[in-house]
Amino acid sequence: MKNGLVIDVSGLTKKFGGRTVVNNFDLAVPRGAIYGFLGPNGSGKTTTIRMVCGLLKPDDGAGKVLGFDVRTEASAIKERVGYMTQRFSLYEDLSIRENLEFIARLYSLDHLRDRVEASLKSLGLTDRAKQLAGKLSGGWKQRLALAACMIHEPELLLLDEPTAGVDPKARRDFWDAIRDYSAEGVTTLVSTHYMDEAVQCDRIAFIAYGEKLIDAPTADIPDLVGLSAWRIEAGDLDAATKRLKTAGGYDVLARFGAAIHLAGRDGAALKRALDTLEGLDRLSATPIAAGLEEAFIYLMAGAADNFAADNFAAGDLKTGNFTPGDPANAAQARGVT
Amino acid sequence: MISLSRVLAVFMKELVQMRRDRPTFAIMILVPIMQLTLFGFAIDTDPRNLPTAVELRDDGPLTRSLLASMRQSGYFKIVAQVSTDEEGESLLRSGAVSFLIVIPENFEKEFVRGERPQLLIAADASDPVAAAGPVAAVNEIARRAFAPELERLPKTLRGGAPPFEAVIHRQYNPAGETSMNIVPGLLGIILTMTLIMVTSIALTREVERGTIEALLSTPVRAGEIMIGKTTPYILIGVVQTAIVLVAARLVFSVPFMGDPAPFLLALLLFIFTNLMLGYLISTLARTQMQAMQMTFFIFLPSILLSGFMFPFAAMPKWAQAIGEALPITHFLRVVREVMLKGAGFAEIRDDVWPIGIILTVLAFAALARFRRTLD
Ligand SMILES: Nc1ncnc2c1ncn2[C@@H]1O[C@H](COP(=O)(O)OP(=O)(O)OP(=O)(O)O)[C@@H](O)[C@H]1O
Ligand SMILES: [Mg+2]
Repeated sequence: MKNGLVIDVSGLTKKFGGRTVVNNFDLAVPRGAIYGFLGPNGSGKTTTIRMVCGLLKPDDGAGKVLGFDVRTEASAIKERVGYMTQRFSLYEDLSIRENLEFIARLYSLDHLRDRVEASLKSLGLTDRAKQLAGKLSGGWKQRLALAACMIHEPELLLLDEPTAGVDPKARRDFWDAIRDYSAEGVTTLVSTHYMDEAVQCDRIAFIAYGEKLIDAPTADIPDLVGLSAWRIEAGDLDAATKRLKTAGGYDVLARFGAAIHLAGRDGAALKRALDTLEGLDRLSATPIAAGLEEAFIYLMAGAADNFAADNFAAGDLKTGNFTPGDPANAAQARGVT
Repeated sequence: MISLSRVLAVFMKELVQMRRDRPTFAIMILVPIMQLTLFGFAIDTDPRNLPTAVELRDDGPLTRSLLASMRQSGYFKIVAQVSTDEEGESLLRSGAVSFLIVIPENFEKEFVRGERPQLLIAADASDPVAAAGPVAAVNEIARRAFAPELERLPKTLRGGAPPFEAVIHRQYNPAGETSMNIVPGLLGIILTMTLIMVTSIALTREVERGTIEALLSTPVRAGEIMIGKTTPYILIGVVQTAIVLVAARLVFSVPFMGDPAPFLLALLLFIFTNLMLGYLISTLARTQMQAMQMTFFIFLPSILLSGFMFPFAAMPKWAQAIGEALPITHFLRVVREVMLKGAGFAEIRDDVWPIGIILTVLAFAALARFRRTLD
């Protein structure tokens, strides 16, 4: 692999029946990185991941994954990649053990029994190995699928919403495992809708309507989006919400427990909206640093309005793009290798 | 190229799934029994004591011994003795008798001289299955009847060809030999129907359940999936064949004259060809519903143009051309030759290689159609 990039694709484009679902997508993921992949429903995340692992042929674009050509060397890529599908795609009429053994055999693994046993043990499913996969609860299905895609110790993990429906404890264990793998040099590209997972990624690519809008280190994203934010507390939050909605001028209004987070790119307009709250009981408004969550709610809201309408300066955000030749990014790449 | 362990992985997975899919499994075993039972109503299942007329133009110990032997066999019940051909023919035509046996003049004399006299048997073949058993048995009955007499013949005449010639005329059904296939032909139909159906959903089921995505994300190759998904069902085909053959023998008294080895070769080839045809359908169909429709699309000509329903030779040229392209047409010929005429490898060769070619073409077509992507 040249320049230490595990995924190095550019211009990936996919059309379904004339509709462009992923457009001119570039992605560069260094070895050992944990790369988050975010975007609203239907934005093209699954489609992109499928192109990266050779399950869909791109209509345009080219690149390499683990040093192999995405167009012509799909077989070599499949042997080294662990892909966890968004929808459960193991066999519901096979038992947990039979599923794991089947997948392990397809990868021609040695010490098959030991590996399957180890996998069952780490899942905590040894006692239920004979249970049919179809009878598992949603969260356990996810965990089984995850174990199956890791059984051949892949160099690259492509995880499509791996923790959807998984309980908090299991999610924490999962992310601990991902970080351990990362330390060993395993690269992960993971799509998620959870903010607490997004913050654990080294870098995030944000996609909407098939266009990549942001590609930057996770910590830089709130600044890139450039939001001012306020935390508002009041005796009657519903009344406060009503007044803010009438006033307008903000981009994000979200309830966080007993407070409202109000954020927007226009600081002055935000202030005017805050002024309308004057006179409310037990009111307090404090400026806070906009976090990832506000940034993504803002981005998703923009996506819902359709970025194509250009009510949103997408160009500004793309300055965060990771380009292999960029010295600033190269430093970051070295940091995680 | 093809990894045996991956083929085995797919094979065993299919086997487990087949075992768990009880309804499908049951249907595969019940269909042959059901079909045979249905056809059973249309077939005289007890070809015993068939009314028989004899015309004796010669008389002597040999003739008497033959008649006694025929009665003992249980197939024939001699109900009339006629003195002219016309009389016998009219009995046969009216349906009063099913067989007319003619012992010609000088039969005894010629027999002893070793001149191989003819034994004339006219059979009412309008119910070919009913006629099949007795007709097949006639030679053996005669041989047994003449055995004591044979002992007294000079050594040179013993062994080799029998010292008489049984000439059998099947009347009222010139294509009698073709229709004799009802039970053997049913074997071809049952195998075609169930085996194509079962593999036609091999891939579409994976697509509909979404499991194709996990399967294709592994290094498994098209050929490995194809072999692994079709071969488990060979077993089913063999079990179905066993059911039909046992029923053919016990219930319908259809003989199995030939050598089992060439039959087995043709059978395995035919089973595999049907499975491959189903598999090709599953690479073409997008849903299980479509797969079923395509299966019936194949099924219809298999019944109509294969020689099962209508005599092949009587069909128009274009229909024959389609028939030749169907594996079942060749298989029916093999079954007919082997089961009823006792053919060996040499006689069925010309119908075995076409099945082999069809199989090869289907396998390559399926491989070409198979997509290793989700597009
Ligand atoms: N096989 C297909 N045929 C036609 N359209 C498709 C196909 N697969 C995906 N699409 C369309 O492509 C778009 C992107 O879908 P994709 O599944 O990649 O989105 P996503 O970002 O993964 O969404 P989600 O967050 O809901 O999983 C959607 O509008 C979807 O309808
Ligand atoms: Mg998706």
